[in-house]
Amino acid sequence: MSAVQFGIFTVGDVTTDPTTGRTPTERERIKAMVTIALKAEEVGLDVFATGEHHNPPFVPSSPTTMLGWIAARTERLLLSTSTTLITTNDPVKIAEDFAMLQHLADGRVDLMLGRGNTGPVYPWFGQDIRQGIPLAIENYALLHKLWREDVVDWQGRFRTPLQGFTSTPRPMDGVPPFVWHGSIRSPEIAEQAAYYGDGFFHNNIFWPKEHTQKMVALYRERFAHYGHGTPEQAIVGLGGQVFMRKNSQDAVREFRPYFDNAPVYGHGPSLEEFTEQTPLTVGSPQQVIDRTLTFREYVGDYQRQLFLMDHAGLPLKTVLEQLDMLGEEVVPVLRKEFASGRPANIPDAPTHESLVARREAEAASA
Amino acid sequence: MKPIRIVAVSAGLGRPSSTRLLADRLAEATGRELESGERPVETRVVELRDLAGAIADNMVTGFPAPALREVIEEVTEADGLIAVTPIFTASYSGLFKSFFDVIDNAALRGKPVLIAATGGTPRHSLALEHALRPMFSYLRATVAPTAVYAASEDWGGGDTRHDELSARIGRAARELAHLVRTRPETAGADTEAVVPFQEHLASLGLD
Repeated sequence: MSAVQFGIFTVGDVTTDPTTGRTPTERERIKAMVTIALKAEEVGLDVFATGEHHNPPFVPSSPTTMLGWIAARTERLLLSTSTTLITTNDPVKIAEDFAMLQHLADGRVDLMLGRGNTGPVYPWFGQDIRQGIPLAIENYALLHKLWREDVVDWQGRFRTPLQGFTSTPRPMDGVPPFVWHGSIRSPEIAEQAAYYGDGFFHNNIFWPKEHTQKMVALYRERFAHYGHGTPEQAIVGLGGQVFMRKNSQDAVREFRPYFDNAPVYGHGPSLEEFTEQTPLTVGSPQQVIDRTLTFREYVGDYQRQLFLMDHAGLPLKTVLEQLDMLGEEVVPVLRKEFASGRPANIPDAPTHESLVARREAEAASA
Repeated sequence: MKPIRIVAVSAGLGRPSSTRLLADRLAEATGRELESGERPVETRVVELRDLAGAIADNMVTGFPAPALREVIEEVTEADGLIAVTPIFTASYSGLFKSFFDVIDNAALRGKPVLIAATGGTPRHSLALEHALRPMFSYLRATVAPTAVYAASEDWGGGDTRHDELSARIGRAARELAHLVRTRPETAGADTEAVVPFQEHLASLGLD
């Protein structure tokens, strides 16, 4: 398996292509997302992750439905989320949905928990945004228990109590899907990931490296504090976003109107300023390789690198071309370079197989 | 010995700017009040005009560009802050407010602050009391009782008004210097200590 998993993550936004003025329909966007996922497997990527949103202009409100469809049409691709809302989803339903998906996908499933980026989503699901962190803590405590104990008694602050409850199906081989905790700014979430020995994904795509470095360092230190290994052995994932053409000038020329008008990028710093201050890289495949290799310098050896590729209203055809370049020209070099100088005691990226093997090793030594 | 650092922020737009002039005079006067102590004093005056684009970018992106980050760090780590704005449309200027909007709202807790403003007419002087003071109270800064307002006519040479402005600057500087000197040692020490996860669980009754 891969020491470092490379893949893509999508927000699932419906965004007007600023160069044509055309806005895809929801159906077109949903179909484009799954086409992109199949392409990810075809070009040799390891992971596809989808966001979860409950408001326009986003389409993926039901991630396990989408991932189940993709699971049936892929062989190797690991299916994940970016992120699953641990605050507003019922942890019982998360336990059930992802265990079901895990069986259907033969273990090719993990998930990234997050708190979401939209305030109003809390009241839509009967919650209070001021309780965001306590919800993330309590709901995950219950999810963690539901996947590890066959019969659960539970009383918490945010959901109706459970008496002798068994969430079904039970996780495949008795091993729950691996959990990443995604956070941008909250030290409490880095602390939560460290406490459980879970993965920590810092979505650094809109942040300067100093901030990412600080958050990852906190997680690594606390991971060691809780006895899961050395700080270097903590499980770290990062984001990134790129646009490539063979010649970097062509990449800049083609991407600029998308950057300038995108809801998430536009009307602030220039493309040049933004690429200097955040991981956004617009240029040749070699520039993307060089930039991505610097991530390791400030967070240490890590396990998962996800790229945002279908951003800013780019048409599907362009995104598929980007994925060809990513899979053929960029990721093979990154795999080789990340492997060189990687100490032997740094864990590989977690998979269902590695988690089963670890459990068996622990059982044998106990 | 670590110097006492006083940072004055001016939201003046003109060149030359009377807001900048007031910030300079308050910084000088505060520096003079503090220089008799053991620690050396460093004062710096920052013009937000130079950062106007960066402040707007920060609103859009959520993070400061390097030049703005450096100024935010100077301000949040200073021992005392002098905040000076022109009065526009009956309140602080948008640039002034935007600068404080992009700073973390816990970063100025307990910070000694002197507030000051300039305007074309003395009729807007209470904007200091109904706009600036509540804003810094919200940020839980410690605001000096004297706020300094300078209208165009206060800058005239030699008359009593000019003397009154100088007297107010002197009084405000003494108050800020006193707040800086008597500020507890621990104040401003960044309390980024991690709350252990067991405490989070315990507070939810999950331990």
